[in-house]
Amino acid sequence: MKRNVVILAVMSVCIALVATGCQKKDTSAIKIGVAGAHSGDLASYGLPSVNAAKLVAEAINAKGGINGRKIELVIEDDQCKPELATNAASKLVSSNVVAVIGHICSGATKSALGIYKDSKIITISPSATNPPLTQSGEYPNFFRTIAPDDAQAKLAATFLAQTLKLKTIAVLHDKGDYGKGFAELVKQFAEEQGVTVALFEGVNPGAPDYSAVVNKIGNAKVDGVVWGGYHPEASKLVQQMKDKGMNIPFISDDGVKDNTFIEVAGKYAEGVYATGPMDTTSNPLAIMAIEEHKKKFGEEPGAFFLNAYAATLAITNAIAKAGSTDYDKVSAALRSEYVDTPLGKISFDQKGDVIGFGFSVFQVQNGKYVELK
Amino acid sequence: MDYFLKLFLSGTAKGSIYALIALGYTMVYGIIQLINFAHGEVYMIGGFTALIFGGFFYTMGMPVWMVLLLSVILAVLFSAAFGFTIERIAYRPLRNKPRLSALISAIGISMILQNFVLLAQTEKYLSYPSYLPEFAFLQPFRQYINSTQFIILVVTAIIMIFLTILIKFTRIGKAMRATAQDKYMAQLVGVNINQVISITFIIGSALAAVGGVLICSYMGQINYYIGFVAGIKAFVAAVLGGIGSIPGAVLGSFILGWTESLGTGYISSDYEDAFAFIILILILVLKPDGILGKNQKQKV
Repeated sequence: MKRNVVILAVMSVCIALVATGCQKKDTSAIKIGVAGAHSGDLASYGLPSVNAAKLVAEAINAKGGINGRKIELVIEDDQCKPELATNAASKLVSSNVVAVIGHICSGATKSALGIYKDSKIITISPSATNPPLTQSGEYPNFFRTIAPDDAQAKLAATFLAQTLKLKTIAVLHDKGDYGKGFAELVKQFAEEQGVTVALFEGVNPGAPDYSAVVNKIGNAKVDGVVWGGYHPEASKLVQQMKDKGMNIPFISDDGVKDNTFIEVAGKYAEGVYATGPMDTTSNPLAIMAIEEHKKKFGEEPGAFFLNAYAATLAITNAIAKAGSTDYDKVSAALRSEYVDTPLGKISFDQKGDVIGFGFSVFQVQNGKYVELK
Repeated sequence: MDYFLKLFLSGTAKGSIYALIALGYTMVYGIIQLINFAHGEVYMIGGFTALIFGGFFYTMGMPVWMVLLLSVILAVLFSAAFGFTIERIAYRPLRNKPRLSALISAIGISMILQNFVLLAQTEKYLSYPSYLPEFAFLQPFRQYINSTQFIILVVTAIIMIFLTILIKFTRIGKAMRATAQDKYMAQLVGVNINQVISITFIIGSALAAVGGVLICSYMGQINYYIGFVAGIKAFVAAVLGGIGSIPGAVLGSFILGWTESLGTGYISSDYEDAFAFIILILILVLKPDGILGKNQKQKV
């Protein structure tokens, strides 16, 4: 009997030890999915994200992982096709991933998101810019490290209404998808802020002369001009406006935020405003990430590399801060914690859009684009 | 009224830009009934040549007027050489073939030249320096017309008068008209039609080069593709005025410029091209040979 008690005591101590040992040493890997176009004609958009995730995972694993748990990447290809994206998502769900970096294209992302939402898997896209993905509020599990398509127009409209305090503007575009899309959004957002759009017109790209429409701008008595389109037309427009003695602000998009614009328009480019993605070239983390990529893969990184790098850092940081892989805790951490990434110090808002990175307004000053803070 | 005047003058300026190119089109058509689609490309090459030599002379420290003069002369020589060569290679072997063959050949040359410049120079837009003078007396009127527009207008007028005199009153002009009327008959009476046609191409291309320098200076930029866009509009203008007629090309260009400018000003620039082509259709329905075109009976 006495002997039995001793055995029982030893056993219970053992069990206790094993149990606490289990809790202290949960060394199973944290699985993170990476989904996007890895083959097909859009592979160049998706593969850089895989490289970015690999680099971050390796760096974290080399330091012993997150709370002692290594990161394991599960890579799935969707070729940017919605029907393949659902397949990829189902596979990732059945391999028990905690979070997914991806997908790359907006359409594929949308079709996969429902599956992740039902399985409570956090999804961070480095590149899906379709505005409703976050703004519809349908997908609380969705985050992105890129600004949505309308962010640029919203910024331009807010800038001209609040900072420049313009009352009446003319909005011109080149009738193309990109230029007209930007122009229509600026018109909408500017009107919401009480700015009158006195003129909204498309012009022929490539035409030798825009003096008629410039006269029309003069006649409309506007305080500023918004251009949606690319730089060749923009430089003719600013040149012909200044020739006619019109010195009103000229605001444009990242099709104009190109050094070629300054080279071509020369002195006429001075003072022109353009929105564009925030400058990350001087960010030490970005420089480091690009160096790592060159060392490991022997070439310059491709599209959305830094966005994917930042997305992977954000999710691993959130898991570390939350101290678990619980969906609610990690998504709360994503929204509350700031993390240093190659894009800058970022976090996410309630809808899942990135805070701390996006578009800035630039102005041509002394022949250079300068970011206005 | 002030607004109308501004639009009218900007239409005039635009029209004279079209006219500079349309004159070359119409002259070649007038002599050999060929729509020389490569004309726009010769204009673009003229612009590029002047840009390259201009930059060279400017860095050598020459005064601006000399840079302008020398680069225009070199652009004219280059373009004339191009025009002469194009005719020899692409059009002369097809002269007695169906007219469609020469037309296709012209389109081919146009593409070859565009891609040649794309590869040999750059696909980028380049800044075009203006070596043209700024007139102080136009400064008060800059809302209406600027110096470059004024120069283009004057040069267009000079070229039109020069061509009219050349064709109407000179010996070579007489030979040109004879060639235009009947190539075989002209040969029989001793006109060297190969020489006449070569000269026509040389003059047409030289004018295109002048246009290239002036228009690029006005736009402030150049690209391998500019010839195509400008060429299409100039072609419309030439047809509108009556292709083959020198004053017709100028008149057609002005009508096109005014229509586009007033249409933009009073209705919308979204439909600028629509206005241009509506006018073209209206005029061709009423006068199938264009405004000043000769109503020639086709011999069957």
